[in-house]
Amino acid sequence: GAERETVKTAGTSLRLSFSWKHQEICRVLSCHVLQPLLKFIFFLSFRNLLLEDALGEGKSNAPKPLKTGTTIAGVVCKDGVVLGADTRATSSEVVADKMCAKIHYIAPNIYCCGAGTAADTEKTTELLSSNLTIFSMNSGRNPRVVMAANILQNMLFRYHGAIGANLILGGVDCTGSHIYRVGPYGSMDKVPYLAMGSGDLAAMGVLEDRFKPRMEQEEAKTLVRDAIRAGIMSDLGSGNNIDICVITSKGVDYIRPYQESEYKDNRQKKYKYKPGTTPVLCEKVVRLELELVHETVQKMETS
Amino acid sequence: SCDFYVSPARRSSGFRATTIMAVEFDGGVVIGADSRTTTGAYIANRVTDKLTPIHDRIFCCRSGSAADTQAIADAVSYQLGFHSIELDEPPLVQTAANLFKQMCYRYREELMAGIIVAGWDKRRGGQVYTVPMGGMLVRQPVSVGGSGSSYIYGFIDSKYKSGMTKEECLRFTADALALAMERDGSSGGVVRLAAITESGLERSVILGNQLPTFFSA
Repeated sequence: GAERETVKTAGTSLRLSFSWKHQEICRVLSCHVLQPLLKFIFFLSFRNLLLEDALGEGKSNAPKPLKTGTTIAGVVCKDGVVLGADTRATSSEVVADKMCAKIHYIAPNIYCCGAGTAADTEKTTELLSSNLTIFSMNSGRNPRVVMAANILQNMLFRYHGAIGANLILGGVDCTGSHIYRVGPYGSMDKVPYLAMGSGDLAAMGVLEDRFKPRMEQEEAKTLVRDAIRAGIMSDLGSGNNIDICVITSKGVDYIRPYQESEYKDNRQKKYKYKPGTTPVLCEKVVRLELELVHETVQKMETS
Repeated sequence: SCDFYVSPARRSSGFRATTIMAVEFDGGVVIGADSRTTTGAYIANRVTDKLTPIHDRIFCCRSGSAADTQAIADAVSYQLGFHSIELDEPPLVQTAANLFKQMCYRYREELMAGIIVAGWDKRRGGQVYTVPMGGMLVRQPVSVGGSGSSYIYGFIDSKYKSGMTKEECLRFTADALALAMERDGSSGGVVRLAAITESGLERSVILGNQLPTFFSA
């Protein structure tokens, strides 16, 4: 209503409407201060849309959320689980992080690869990790992979897809080695091999071709490496290095990076130019006239 | 208050268009489903198990959104288990079906779930109840659901006869599902079957190359 008219006119009136919005927002947020929020409040997305229109026909865009355009894969092998991921994090068309860690720690025997919005996968897995640690301490039992998958599923279903996290959960527990896929809307699948992210089609092709049940560990590592490499080669959102995480009942081997990308840049990090590189056109010296007002001498104790 | 609820109009993650089927016979039920889960045009899981146990002798066949049906099935199996412990006897299939109906009807705007509840109990033997989207509940001797069901209504109507044995029911279900999977793009993979009787549960899988074949133009 009222705010649209002010936005249409000029820059200064935008500032006025913004402060009105600011008061409105504070009022809204304060009524939730005492209770925990049960849902996401999308109120500010309205304001962001108005701001984008006002700043002029798509000339300046709001910063896009950091997405991990990704390739992640997981395979159940003979004595454990092999998880793999690329290491590129993109913010629209710029690579924001070349050595992003997409395989997150959940428990000593459970790790989770995340694709989707980077912040969501990070925080969801951290939350899951703390909840599982508390559970272990309370019950005196080691956490199981199916438990982690159920907790994730319940949480993501509650948020109805607002948390953009596609996760591959893998681990070894007393019941064996398992891989679960959890989708952003809260759907769960238990499968022997899996690929997700924007490069999943390419990686899945490699996995479908060469997967065999109960593979040896080295063969599984090579298969996952090749699947991620296929994703890196065929997808613009995936790239840089490959991380591999091997989980067995004896322990975890988190190899980061398992394979570095062939395209390395040699950054010098020190940019010194010789004197005379920038030509001096003219020179002017200005004396600072200083007057000695007061002088004190303090002797130092040197004995 | 000031929440903007994001409508689930077209959920593109883990959406399951499916073919599911259940048939009653004297002494139990036979249930069957395909095994494809799609996200848009990509098959996210080609070996899905859509036959979910709710209790020892009660199963449900799930179609619609994978997330919604998994959550509903979890909630109902908890409620039914609790009810059964309180009663100190196995629950009725009708009870399970009503629990599904209550949940699907109450949250009909937010959910996208079509469920077939089937099982055996001591009071009425084998029963099939269908709870389609919207939350209706009706008992039927044979019921199909999911996107692939539209292609086999004619086959079901012409081939079903009451008084079939368990083996005839299993063959009937396998044939119907194979026909639906042949015509419906969102159904495919393997056929999962289960026969539920008083003595227990028999699960089987028919792989893609072993499916019954029919005339293909």
